Amino acid sequence: MLNMMQDSFLPDMLRVAAAFSFQGVMVATAIVAGVGLFIGLFLGFAAKTFAVQQDEREVKVRELLPGANCGGCGYPGCDGLAAAIAKGEAPANACPVANKEAHAQIAEVMGTSVEESEKMVAFVKCVGTCDKTEVKYEYYGVQDCNKAAVAPGKGNKKCSYGCMGYGSCVRVCAFDAIHIVDGIAVVDKEKCTGCSSCTAQCPNKLIEMVPDRAKTLVGCSSLDKGKDVKAACSAGCIGCKLCVKACEFDAIHVDNNLAYIDYSKCTNCGKCVAVCPVKVIQVKAIS
Amino acid sequence: MKELIMIIIGSALVNNVVLSQFLGLCPFLGVSKKTNTAAGMGAAVIFVITVASALCSLIYSKLLVPLDMGYLQTIVFILVIACLVQFVELILKKYSRPLYSALGVYLPLITTNCAVLGVALINVTEDYGLVKSTINGFGTAAGFTIAIIIMAGIRERIEYNDVTKSFQGSPIVLITAGLMAMAFFGFAGL
Repeated sequence: MLNMMQDSFLPDMLRVAAAFSFQGVMVATAIVAGVGLFIGLFLGFAAKTFAVQQDEREVKVRELLPGANCGGCGYPGCDGLAAAIAKGEAPANACPVANKEAHAQIAEVMGTSVEESEKMVAFVKCVGTCDKTEVKYEYYGVQDCNKAAVAPGKGNKKCSYGCMGYGSCVRVCAFDAIHIVDGIAVVDKEKCTGCSSCTAQCPNKLIEMVPDRAKTLVGCSSLDKGKDVKAACSAGCIGCKLCVKACEFDAIHVDNNLAYIDYSKCTNCGKCVAVCPVKVIQVKAIS
Repeated sequence: MKELIMIIIGSALVNNVVLSQFLGLCPFLGVSKKTNTAAGMGAAVIFVITVASALCSLIYSKLLVPLDMGYLQTIVFILVIACLVQFVELILKKYSRPLYSALGVYLPLITTNCAVLGVALINVTEDYGLVKSTINGFGTAAGFTIAIIIMAGIRERIEYNDVTKSFQGSPIVLITAGLMAMAFFGFAGL
């Protein structure tokens, strides 16, 4: 084997050595250098000829945006939003992910001032963990909420309004801020940037954007009558209106057998939490 | 004419660039998560490979062969392809903004797609002329597009499956690619 290789290898080497000439090297170098030089000049010339006027504010704004391309602003990625801000179609604080400093810097680039908006976080309006609600049947289908939602009874949990726990929202979150804990989705408030891409994913429309300061939240979305709710889940809102009576600020109302909190009036006093018989109103320190 | 059709079928299906020659695997795995982006990448690849094969074929026959410098093909082709992609990007940005934003980041990505260089080199080995090279380039790129779109379709469905943890991500994609390659092997009988 070795012999054979040497036999074919050696003459090749000799031929290369014989063919080696100074002129050949020069020609080869000249060709590559010439092609390179031509390309360099050509591209330089082309860049000047075909230059496109780009709004320099757009470039600056793009640099200040987080670059996560989450689509939370409603524009196609950060480039899209930067273009919209530069054109004045979107406000300087249109990015829900960027922090206050970034908003201020963008406003500075655009020469406008920014009205500070409240930080919003996602909240899953369901607390029906595995020990509080039961399953109707074993579900072996596609592990995805939107697929499970078309199964009989909207998923296999007894409550057809609640979180199915197949994690469609988890998969869409670009910031690792939402996880399935004990059968329901839970938002990590620290990581949540308020981009609201998860809200669109939930087939039961369970995820709502709430102000970051709101601590008192209703963890249920069931519109069923009290008795039916009781039968399905021990943590569901039965619409008893005790919280409405307890509230001194007119901040909580029951509509369609479900309590809603008006976050603009709520002071997080905790009176409703104390009276709730099913403990569905919770002082949430979500994290 | 018949020969040209044979070249197209041969390069697109029988000798599919991804599934039987294993060129351009990086974008094949990287940009095949969604059918839309895969189609965008495919369109960009068709565009660039077709033009690059024609140009490389011209340069080889008109510049390198007369000077007896055939062995410089690889380095010169790389230069030309890189330049071409840059130039195409400039032109598109200026004259066809919608196409530019549709192809987006995929255009510059193609510079590093070894399929482009691969086709140019195959054209030289097979001794194709200008027309045949262009046709071969187009066919190869069409084959790439077919493969990447099928792959993206499969991956969109894999998303919904309960894949064993150790196989999640790249492993299952590579297994899928292997199965697809076996399926494409059936075209060898054409």
